[in-house]
Amino acid sequence: MTDITKDTASTAGSFVSRDTIQLFYRLLAALLICAALSLLSNSFLSVGNILNVLRQASLTFFIASGLTLVVLTAGLDLSVGANVALSACFAGTVIHQTGSPALGVLAGLVCGGIVGLLNGIMVTALRIPSFIATYGMLWVLNGLTYWYMAGDTIHGFPAGFRQIGSGYLLGLPIPVYLLLIFLAIGTLFAQRTIWGQEIYAIGANPVAARLSGIPVAKRLLLVYAVSGTMAGLASIIFLSRLNSAEADIGESLTLPAIAAVLIGGTSLFGGVGTVFGTFVGALILTLVLNGMNLLSVNANWQPLVTGIIVVLAVWLDMKARGRTQ
Amino acid sequence: MPEAAVVSQPNLLQRIPGVAIVLGALIVLFGAIAPGFLSAANLSNVLVQSTILTMLALPMTLIIMTEGLDLSMGAVLTLTSLCVAIVSLATKSMLLGLGAGVLVGAIFGAANGWLVAVLGIPPFVATLGTLGVAQGLSLIVSDGQSVVGIPHSVRDIYSATLLGVPVPIVLALASYAAFHGLLYHTRFGTYIFALGGNREALRYAGLSPSRLLIAVYALGGIMAGVAGLLMTARMNSGHPTAGLGLEFDAIAAVAVGGTSFERGNGWLLGTVLGVIAVGVLRNGLNLISLPSSVQVASVGLLVIAALFLDGLRSRS
Repeated sequence: MTDITKDTASTAGSFVSRDTIQLFYRLLAALLICAALSLLSNSFLSVGNILNVLRQASLTFFIASGLTLVVLTAGLDLSVGANVALSACFAGTVIHQTGSPALGVLAGLVCGGIVGLLNGIMVTALRIPSFIATYGMLWVLNGLTYWYMAGDTIHGFPAGFRQIGSGYLLGLPIPVYLLLIFLAIGTLFAQRTIWGQEIYAIGANPVAARLSGIPVAKRLLLVYAVSGTMAGLASIIFLSRLNSAEADIGESLTLPAIAAVLIGGTSLFGGVGTVFGTFVGALILTLVLNGMNLLSVNANWQPLVTGIIVVLAVWLDMKARGRTQ
Repeated sequence: MPEAAVVSQPNLLQRIPGVAIVLGALIVLFGAIAPGFLSAANLSNVLVQSTILTMLALPMTLIIMTEGLDLSMGAVLTLTSLCVAIVSLATKSMLLGLGAGVLVGAIFGAANGWLVAVLGIPPFVATLGTLGVAQGLSLIVSDGQSVVGIPHSVRDIYSATLLGVPVPIVLALASYAAFHGLLYHTRFGTYIFALGGNREALRYAGLSPSRLLIAVYALGGIMAGVAGLLMTARMNSGHPTAGLGLEFDAIAAVAVGGTSFERGNGWLLGTVLGVIAVGVLRNGLNLISLPSSVQVASVGLLVIAALFLDGLRSRS
């Protein structure tokens, strides 16, 4: 069942699918960037920096992994960054009010999930194009968060809670373990479950998917809810890592998450891509930004570089698939 | 769908422009609950403040008619506003500042069009990428600081009047007239309708849809340049976050104004009424002392509601 992708026909008969080769190129690119950076900067290959890169990449990956499922259905979720901000502020408040980190984690996940569900309802029941529906949601969430916080910062959380984002286990940061867990869950879900395969089918051809009896609306709702919940998870990691929540923390998160998905080879036209590819995409993007940091490039250059990478990634992917219009 | 079969004559929703209902309702609502809303000074204030948005929403209408989108407009406006500030500060010339802003805007617009038309990248991702580029450049050229001390010739544009009418309103009216003439009375305008409705027909007629698309997006950039001058004049400075999110208000105005996102139909006057509706909404919420965050959220809800209604009307 893993062949419900657009280029089934073109890969039939070869040992290795074209997608696998594409993924190999991306891993090679990541290695080349590593090699270049270790030559350019003495501090790149230090254990501390490598762990830092992995931890940064895991934050981008949490948001981008849920987004991958949305993009697989040929949709887009532009509200993820704003969702992280709202969920983090809500979770932070709950921890302060109740003193219970567990309730705070639950609050962040539920808040993110509800926002995702609302996105799904707009796309399925109201039939609003996903990029414009989630773009509207972005501004609704921004407004809500700024109104709720009213310029305040929530800071200072229990030590146990802070371990989630900044703690170590056997020398590795805890977010890296979470990354491995969700990478495994995401890959198994997308590649080895019927629901996962149905998501690919919806992206490849929504009409055919509906005619073959797939409950398209239900799967779309699921996909947007998962994307929101993963944004909620990212908000928890952020909260515990920064030890504070402000209304503006989400503003710089959406573009990198979309970049990671696209660099990872998930097609904007739906039906093609993997969660593992998104992990590689998050890694490449983080390496580039980390490299700029090490070479003391002003942080003002980051949105510019990320923007160019987004466009470049889509273009290269379309060239590789021969899908120019 | 039995209901759709029964309703054969056009229903009320289709005969009265939705935007007129929305605008009327907002005016009645805020006239009743917001003190001072209906005063002449406040209403003229709403109109003057709507001029920058008008200049973005007019070309956004054309872009959306081609089944496109320009998410970079706010960021490009920020950049052109900074260009106006920096160049007019250095040369003491308002016109050179405007020229620099329009040039930078045109380059970004043409680049957007090229990415969409020639490379075939979906518009919302292509312009999301250029949004990042424009935002980054704004931070880089300004080093994250405001550009202050700009010449009086720039600042005065926002406050000056021509025959008793504020200059920003004159500029906005001139822009509307130009776009109206372009869309409804030139061949180029007809081609724009065809870009959204029937692109194949353009090809059969021997025209290049790519070049037309680049021209439409470039027009958006040029207008962002002109709006950049107004923004700099209004703030009496250049600021690296001045236009953040303005593209969303522009998209909101177009959506509320009744331009369809899927069928290549556009209505310029509707867009202008949509701009005023957004302006009235923000102004009214401001008068009843709700923070700007609530204004942002309510514009978001307005868009979602408008698109929902648009979907309903296209199905009925």
